[in-house]
Amino acid sequence: MNQYSKLYSENVDSLGRRPEALEAFEARVPQLDRVFEPETYAVNLRRLKLPVDAALSFKCAVPAVSASPALIVNDIFQPARRLPDGVTLMSLRAAAELHPELIPASLRKREEITAESALNDLLWTDGALIRIGRGIHLARPLQLVNILSAPMDLLTFRRIVIVAEPDSDASLLICDHTQDSERNYLVNELIEVRVEQGARFSLDRVEESSPLTVRRSEMHVSLDSDAKFKSASAVLFCGDSDSKIHVDLLAPGAEAEINGMVIASGEEAPKFHTFIVHHGEHTSSNQTFKFVADGQSNCVFDGLIKVMQSARFTEAYQSNHNLLASSEARMHAEPALEIYCDDVKCSHGATTGQLDPAALFYMRSRGIPEDEAKQMLMEAFLADVINSVSIESLRDRLRHLVERRFSALGSGHDSCANCVALNP
Amino acid sequence: MMNNDNKSELLLNVKGLRASIEGKEILKGIDLEVRPGEVHAIMGPNGSGKSTFSEVLAGDPAFEVLGGTAFLDGVNLLELSPENRSHEGLFLSFQYPVEIPGVSMANFMKAAINAKRKYFGQDPFNAAEFLKLMKEKRAIVELDSKLASRAVNEGFSGGEKKRNEIFQMAMLEPKLSILDETDSGLDIDALRIVAEGVNKLHTPHNATIVITHYQRLLDYIKPDFVHVLYKGRIVRTGGPELALELEERGYDWIKNEIDAAEQS
Ligand SMILES: Nc1ncnc2c1ncn2[C@@H]1O[C@H](COP(=O)(O)OP(=O)(O)OP(=O)(O)O)[C@@H](O)[C@H]1O
Ligand SMILES: [Mg+2]
Repeated sequence: MNQYSKLYSENVDSLGRRPEALEAFEARVPQLDRVFEPETYAVNLRRLKLPVDAALSFKCAVPAVSASPALIVNDIFQPARRLPDGVTLMSLRAAAELHPELIPASLRKREEITAESALNDLLWTDGALIRIGRGIHLARPLQLVNILSAPMDLLTFRRIVIVAEPDSDASLLICDHTQDSERNYLVNELIEVRVEQGARFSLDRVEESSPLTVRRSEMHVSLDSDAKFKSASAVLFCGDSDSKIHVDLLAPGAEAEINGMVIASGEEAPKFHTFIVHHGEHTSSNQTFKFVADGQSNCVFDGLIKVMQSARFTEAYQSNHNLLASSEARMHAEPALEIYCDDVKCSHGATTGQLDPAALFYMRSRGIPEDEAKQMLMEAFLADVINSVSIESLRDRLRHLVERRFSALGSGHDSCANCVALNP
Repeated sequence: MMNNDNKSELLLNVKGLRASIEGKEILKGIDLEVRPGEVHAIMGPNGSGKSTFSEVLAGDPAFEVLGGTAFLDGVNLLELSPENRSHEGLFLSFQYPVEIPGVSMANFMKAAINAKRKYFGQDPFNAAEFLKLMKEKRAIVELDSKLASRAVNEGFSGGEKKRNEIFQMAMLEPKLSILDETDSGLDIDALRIVAEGVNKLHTPHNATIVITHYQRLLDYIKPDFVHVLYKGRIVRTGGPELALELEERGYDWIKNEIDAAEQS
């Protein structure tokens, strides 16, 4: 029996986990990264309140998003003070205990369960349940802030389940912050999003975590007929951050737009893997991912578009453009298309290059100093992804954060000292 | 105006300038002296090195300077970064202005103006001061306000790009402007407007070098001197009549002379 199985058997299982979860996990143990060395991290099984004041000291850096964000401090949920009518945003643990009928079955098919998500099945302790009621239109975005803050190295398993009921329209901002950059954190996160018939849901994400943070995030999204899902992820600071995004477009009229931007420096290792699967006819997807890789960063983008035989008249596009800002930075880009159907419009394109020397000289010849010119060009490079963010005040904030991020590159600052959210 | 022995009065003093790109020597010893208030025209066949000369003066890092000197108003240009050459008063209107998607003209110009102000220890312009300046300078070349709100040169027509170059020149108030084929791509009316703009910006204290293939521009911007650049050297210098002669006879007679001299 390995360490995790032992953790599982010691865990008080009030959350309805079934023995199959253990089996599924044990079958996948060999695929796990070495980063899951359990000795180095504590797991808060007994749900002790850690002596942290994250909730108190946290101030949101994105004004006018949500009057009152919900927080997940490590893996303990703290509710928002106010919620709009027709919206559920509660602890997933509490929901599992009190209202299990609100939690839908998992979206993952058996063959889609990875070692990481099997581990999450075994050990998730809390997270959030978000439901947007049928026909509810929200004027303002919901916000969920994940904060890592503990007096010891910590391993957390969180899970977020989202259901956008038919014809609803809502947006959510999830921010990820590390509060103590001296600690080792390992986050295993599973997010499942159902966008039901005719619903619109947008999910924007901003990550500002410390170099010692290891994130393993997996998101599964399913879209019913005429459902629209839009997501923009911005990774401004990270350690070893790996995000998988799996989207199933199940029925006609489903549309997904999945974008991401990454600024990496030092030894940061941001990775995005997308799996966009078209099942229904007349479905469309569009992906734009952009990386600026500086320092000795090690960046990865793999994107797969899969068009099933049933998915006639699909439109699916993917573009991945990357800037190498230093000679030691690495970018691994692997776009892929698998098409099992005629009558589709699909394209993908990936480029990795340097800043345009002609543009740089042109700017300098007008008196703009080299560093500033480079910064302006890098910001311009990311502009289309920033402009795709659904939440307007977040767009402005992102422009500002990106500007700060690039000035930090110039002066060689370390990651979390610049984390505006935590040092307002 | 043309006091030939007073060297300290030189605005631009280039001696023996040699430069290469990718190991290929393009400039093979250029000498040029420009005094305040003067207009010089540089003409010459395609590929002779006119743009290279202007880009080397502006500090394009793509070129390697092999030898020679270049002073602007007593300042050693070859020691300065491109941005500091600009601050010191050098302006190049590009033969092919570069498109910069995602950077608005306003932000671009604001960064340029405020960098210059910082260089001279002045406070940056605030938004209102800057907009006022933009508006005033736009008028000089009748630049459409819509262009000023777009990304730098992105999707501009050939003529709009050239007009935009002279707008930038007006904003930056250089001591020495080098206009590299600013006339190409301009329609007849635009040529007149842009040339009048250049003339409005001309003072007894600054100077202009126009690089052109056509007399037409020189009808508007009247040169004091006309130079012919060929194979990386200035091979002939004369007054405005030289341009008229070239218009009539082409370059072959000069080429033949130089090539024959090279043979022997
Ligand atoms: N980046 C480069 N790589 C290689 N050769 C170059 C490069 N740039 C310029 N050259 C060469 O240098 C020579 C001079 O070019 P330049 O552009 O200065 O000519 P020009 O006199 O401005 O010509 P035109 O009248 O056509 O504008 C040409 O032979 C050109 O091919
Ligand atoms: Mg040229």
